[in-house]
Amino acid sequence: MITAGIDIGSITAKAAILEDGRILGAKVLFTGYNSRLAGQAVLDDLIAEIGITRDRIEVIVATGYGRNSVDFADKAITEITCHAAGAHFIDPSVRFIIDIGGQDSKVIRIDENGRVVDFAMNDKCAAGTGRFLEVMARALEVDLDGFGDMSLKGETPAKISSICTVFAESEVISLISKGETRENIIAGIHESVASRVSALAKRVGVTEPVMMTGGVAKNIGALRALEIKLETVIRVSPHAQVNGALGAAVLAGGIALTKYS
Amino acid sequence: MADQAIAKDPEKERRKIKSVSKMKEIMTTYYIEAKTARENGKKVAWITSGGPVEFLIAMDVIPVYPENHGAMIGASKMGVDLCEKAEEMGYSRDLCSYARTDIACSITNGGPIGGLPAPDFLVCCNNICGTVLKWYEVAARFYNVPLFILDTPFIHSTFSEASRKYVVQQTYEYIAFLEKQCGKKMDFERMTEVSRLAVQGLRLWQEVLDTAAHKPAPMTAFDAFFHLALIVTLRGTQTVVDYYSQLLAEMRQRIADGIAMVPNEKYRLLWDNLPVWYRTKWLSDKFSSHNACLVGDTYTSAWSGVMDLIDENNFIETGAVAYSSVYINVSLDIMFETLKKLIKKYDVDGLVMHSNRSCKPYSLGQYDLQQMVMRELKIPTLIIEADMVDERSFSESQIETRIDAFMETLKK
Ligand code: SF4
Repeated sequence: MITAGIDIGSITAKAAILEDGRILGAKVLFTGYNSRLAGQAVLDDLIAEIGITRDRIEVIVATGYGRNSVDFADKAITEITCHAAGAHFIDPSVRFIIDIGGQDSKVIRIDENGRVVDFAMNDKCAAGTGRFLEVMARALEVDLDGFGDMSLKGETPAKISSICTVFAESEVISLISKGETRENIIAGIHESVASRVSALAKRVGVTEPVMMTGGVAKNIGALRALEIKLETVIRVSPHAQVNGALGAAVLAGGIALTKYS
Repeated sequence: MADQAIAKDPEKERRKIKSVSKMKEIMTTYYIEAKTARENGKKVAWITSGGPVEFLIAMDVIPVYPENHGAMIGASKMGVDLCEKAEEMGYSRDLCSYARTDIACSITNGGPIGGLPAPDFLVCCNNICGTVLKWYEVAARFYNVPLFILDTPFIHSTFSEASRKYVVQQTYEYIAFLEKQCGKKMDFERMTEVSRLAVQGLRLWQEVLDTAAHKPAPMTAFDAFFHLALIVTLRGTQTVVDYYSQLLAEMRQRIADGIAMVPNEKYRLLWDNLPVWYRTKWLSDKFSSHNACLVGDTYTSAWSGVMDLIDENNFIETGAVAYSSVYINVSLDIMFETLKKLIKKYDVDGLVMHSNRSCKPYSLGQYDLQQMVMRELKIPTLIIEADMVDERSFSESQIETRIDAFMETLKK
């Protein structure tokens, strides 16, 4: 049985296709202006890549902020439930998920069945999100991909005390003019993201093992800073960026089963 | 064809609360009387929602509530313009939106009823917050009228004898203040009658709220928000007693007829904090779409929650003590006790907390309360961030995701 999950975020649209518990493929595209079209496009591209026909997909679940605009999906489920299902699918021992995406960050506590026990989201403010890191990378004229490695070289992380992205940016600029090294500044930036996110995590209560998902999971600097803050080893999903879509495809499998039983 | 166009869904019609039209009529009459008070030789006093209004009623003064006015502004979605006006005047965006919108209305005569009638004097009781002190001082300066402040000490664990004496002493000062403003003596017999009616009104209101303990609930917290206005504004009058008697009868009849406010009530939730006035319909539809019913809340029961502390034959000595004990003038531990009782009474599956940017005394400590509820009662809770009047603090898609995710968690 083949199922698909589509995750429409504010910056990227993701799709994942599963066949009987096996990942056939996953894809990421920019969302752009029209989230319905983005959902369609990312699914079409993925289908073409895998080389299956559309009619073989039994059930489609949409998630993410644009979930309700994907009118060809069989069901819309929030990203909280989907991330939980995705992480549980990848590693059933995981009990806590930290997802840092482009526009928001969320923490989710799950039980042994991959069900949500509690969650918290930060989406009113860019601090502690991928967007925060993007703004800082621009201010430092560093490519975001190099951010993680550079920050590991920072021996004494600079103190970024402001929790507001705009103010933090000017703090960074003044650190640059004071001659602080880029490495230390970047390490400081990651510490600041980590303290934001760990406060959110502690509110919900961290239960181990912890898994990180979302685009920022690829950033080793942010990951290490979070591990230090939370005093735990954090696993990274090999499908971090498409975890929500993957979870949606997993849940689509459950829907398909009830449909035919 | 024309007939079809106006045909109404009979099920929906059946669910509507019939008393609502009477309630609207009472409120309209009340505001007309307040606005024409001067022509009719009556005095108008502005009073805070938690203030002892009974004394005003006994002195034949028309009480007017800036907070109720704020709620009307919110419900008519006029909050943002007025908040911005207040901010232009120099008031901080962090100031309570009731205060901001009301202050702006004093200047512009804007809002749904063209501003409140100017006060002859002001009565401020700080049992609800510290904001009202400054807000009423601003009003006192603006209208150049006297202000009476009733200071109710915060209750950490128990209400001390010294505190009791302190508020009782102030109650006598309050009476003296009113006698001076009205140029007549307090009629204590009339005061006893008003106290009796006030307590009766509170009891009836509580009974109305209690009907939602029935499964399925004949009314929701959203209905309670609407019907609350009377117990706040006209407490101590026969009107309130008559109206709530009618409403109670209707609720009981709904139970007998099996009429539920949420058609397929499956999940019962408790609401904490003030309503999001400009989004009550949206929120109500959102929860209904998940077959969830907000059966109770901490806000509308705040008034009747203290009625047992009142001795109607000795209102002067006991009323102020009761008012000092209202839900947001007490410690988190005491709040938690109240919350526990409500959760039990209404037998709810979850708690929805509105973290209200405006109302600090209500919202501060919600995260701790949430922890207490989850730990001790094992009940899932959701916190949504918004504001009761200022729509700029409401983000629909974010709140929708939180509610949907919360309901998915409950449905497992
Ligand atoms: S701060 Fe809260 S209690 Fe005080 S006036 Fe505003 S809403 Fe009412």
